[in-house]
Amino acid sequence: MNRTQRIAAAAASALVVGVLAAGCGGSGSDSEGSGGKDVTLRVNLFGQFGYKDLYKQFEADHPGVKIVETAEGDLGKYNTKLSQQIAANASAGDVVAIEEGQTVNFLQAADKFVNLQDHGYDKLKDAYLPYVANATTSADGKTTIGLGTDVGGLAMCYRRDLFEKAGLPTDRDEVAKLWPTWDDFIATGEKFTTGIKDDKIHFIDAATNVYNSILMQGGDETYFDRDNKLVVDSNPAVKNAWDLANKMIDAKLTAKVQAFTKEWNAGFKNGSFATIACPAWMTGYIKGQAGDNFTGKWDIATVPGGGGNWGGSWLAVPKSSKHQKEALELIKFLASEEGQMGAFKSEGRLPSLPALYDTPELKDAKNPYFNNAPIGQLFVAGARNLKPVYLGAKNVPVRDAFENVLRSVESGDRSESKGWPAAVKAAEKAAK
Amino acid sequence: MRIRDRFAKTEARVAPYAFVSPFFIVFAIFGLFPLLYTAWVSLHDWSLLAGDQGYVGFANYRELFHDSDFWRALTNTVGIFLLATIPQLILATVLAQVLNARLRARTFWRMGVLLPNVTSVAAVGIIFGLIFSRDYGVVNWGLGHLGVNPIDWQGHRWSSWIAISVMVDWRWTGYNALILLASLQSVPKELYEAARIDGASAWRQFWSITVPMLRPTIIFVSIVATIGGIQLFTEPLLFGSGVNAISGGNSSQYQTVAMYLVQQAFTGQRFGYASTVAWVLFLIIAVFAVINVALLRRIKSVE
Repeated sequence: MNRTQRIAAAAASALVVGVLAAGCGGSGSDSEGSGGKDVTLRVNLFGQFGYKDLYKQFEADHPGVKIVETAEGDLGKYNTKLSQQIAANASAGDVVAIEEGQTVNFLQAADKFVNLQDHGYDKLKDAYLPYVANATTSADGKTTIGLGTDVGGLAMCYRRDLFEKAGLPTDRDEVAKLWPTWDDFIATGEKFTTGIKDDKIHFIDAATNVYNSILMQGGDETYFDRDNKLVVDSNPAVKNAWDLANKMIDAKLTAKVQAFTKEWNAGFKNGSFATIACPAWMTGYIKGQAGDNFTGKWDIATVPGGGGNWGGSWLAVPKSSKHQKEALELIKFLASEEGQMGAFKSEGRLPSLPALYDTPELKDAKNPYFNNAPIGQLFVAGARNLKPVYLGAKNVPVRDAFENVLRSVESGDRSESKGWPAAVKAAEKAAK
Repeated sequence: MRIRDRFAKTEARVAPYAFVSPFFIVFAIFGLFPLLYTAWVSLHDWSLLAGDQGYVGFANYRELFHDSDFWRALTNTVGIFLLATIPQLILATVLAQVLNARLRARTFWRMGVLLPNVTSVAAVGIIFGLIFSRDYGVVNWGLGHLGVNPIDWQGHRWSSWIAISVMVDWRWTGYNALILLASLQSVPKELYEAARIDGASAWRQFWSITVPMLRPTIIFVSIVATIGGIQLFTEPLLFGSGVNAISGGNSSQYQTVAMYLVQQAFTGQRFGYASTVAWVLFLIIAVFAVINVALLRRIKSVE
């Protein structure tokens, strides 16, 4: 090697080492954090919680604290990563969000989270919806791992312009009268299909989304009973939701897109479906995906079957956090009335503090994107009577199995009669 | 003996081991330990979040043997592997031959074939996911002009395998071509000259000179391709999207063994069972590597 080559080689290896070091450092902690005054809080969330302004406020009130948020768009990926980090008791960040379907799962590792009962949870909990307050508390009642932020609630979002084209009423009260029950909803869908005369535009997005919504309306248990025994075969709520979803597939009402995929997102932009089951947080998602061109074309009506819930989140502090004190302060702030109202205003996330439901700010809230729909009233009515639904520790794998089979029926890979036995079998395997 | 001499002698004896030790130390920490620990976990009923639920012996292995989902994943993996690797190696050899010819702007072409490999696999996955999209994909758009109805690429087994293979080949053909090219350049020119004088056709030259001379490189390239192919994970994962992309399609029609492993560990929370899958996957790769060498030995080497 001559001199230039040697220098080039040295530079190249230095670069490689530098890149590796940077790669390793990506998830590392801040060096000055524990010793000095400066603290960086890492917040790991899925999707958009609408916390930007709240962070600024918290940082202003707590000099020296800096907040860095990571928002994973893919809930499946988020849950996988969080499970890994919690199981390893490392690098989960200082604040993490737990999704509704995962609460029981993470309660299995309750010892890896800061127990909120040691930090004044008793004084806080009565302010929350009872369902929200209990969902992250262990069966023995001694450990609480998460502080509730938003609940889903449930309504039905629909495209006014497409309804008009199909000869259906467009006013939200009249639309609600079209579908007091899911069977009425299917009948409306059939009318829509004959009216719209366009095989590229479907009545609903995906069979799985209505299926899940119906299932969550069905009572206090879904796939598992409270002893974590699989009850898919004996719980009529599951079969009922399954049959209704199959009726919609039969009537060719669905656009056959899988939720949270590129096709689904494209479906909003191309307007390939006219209705979608709509928890409060979905309003933010629709606006983000469909974009400004669709302002005023969407509207919101009540959901068939009366009320319901889809989703909801809790914030927790992993024990591996080096800044537990600051992190606890942050989650208390974000889950407070002020924090929940902020998330409602920016992303439409419905508060889980009933005291807020009677404030004019929420009661009179209208969403201009959805043709000024009174979102406060629409979602609050359902949330107030929210019935707790128990989801077992293996809820997610079983739900995935059911959804997969349902989608295979929807796409025509499987006949309807073979669907149910296949789903039960897949669920039994997934519940292991 | 003076101390200095003795020191020099010891140094001479120990130094070689000291020089090679970093590899073995790193391997022991990041290779051997996880391997053994995984074997230990695989003998337990181990929940990811709830922890060790007790020793179960070989129950996980017995279950795996009768697990139709695992066999389906294995079929998918081998199917995609064959569908991707065979055309890939043939194409890479041909490409290497072309790049070895007198071309204008040779370096440009040679670097060009490496570009797909430099691209982040996540980007490749997303782009190909869009290219093969059912409703708005460019492939279906093109086929539409030929009068073919839109294909649900994710929906069927055969179509998803093809799409994923294309993705794999897009990334790795150029890389393999460059490795083969390097070895091609060490083939003595005289051999070709002699062959030409004897009146051998280009095809004959390729089979009787190029391929035998490239044998060690072909073995290397195909073993690396085998290991990568059997562990295939990112491409099929990104080919699907949505909350449970890890199931590789509604009927797991393109779920590979590596995806099944991750699904069992992190969606199913069955850490012990996933470790069993990992160990069986390891053994399968070993078997494939041996088959590989045995087959490729049959290529005649030039003396």
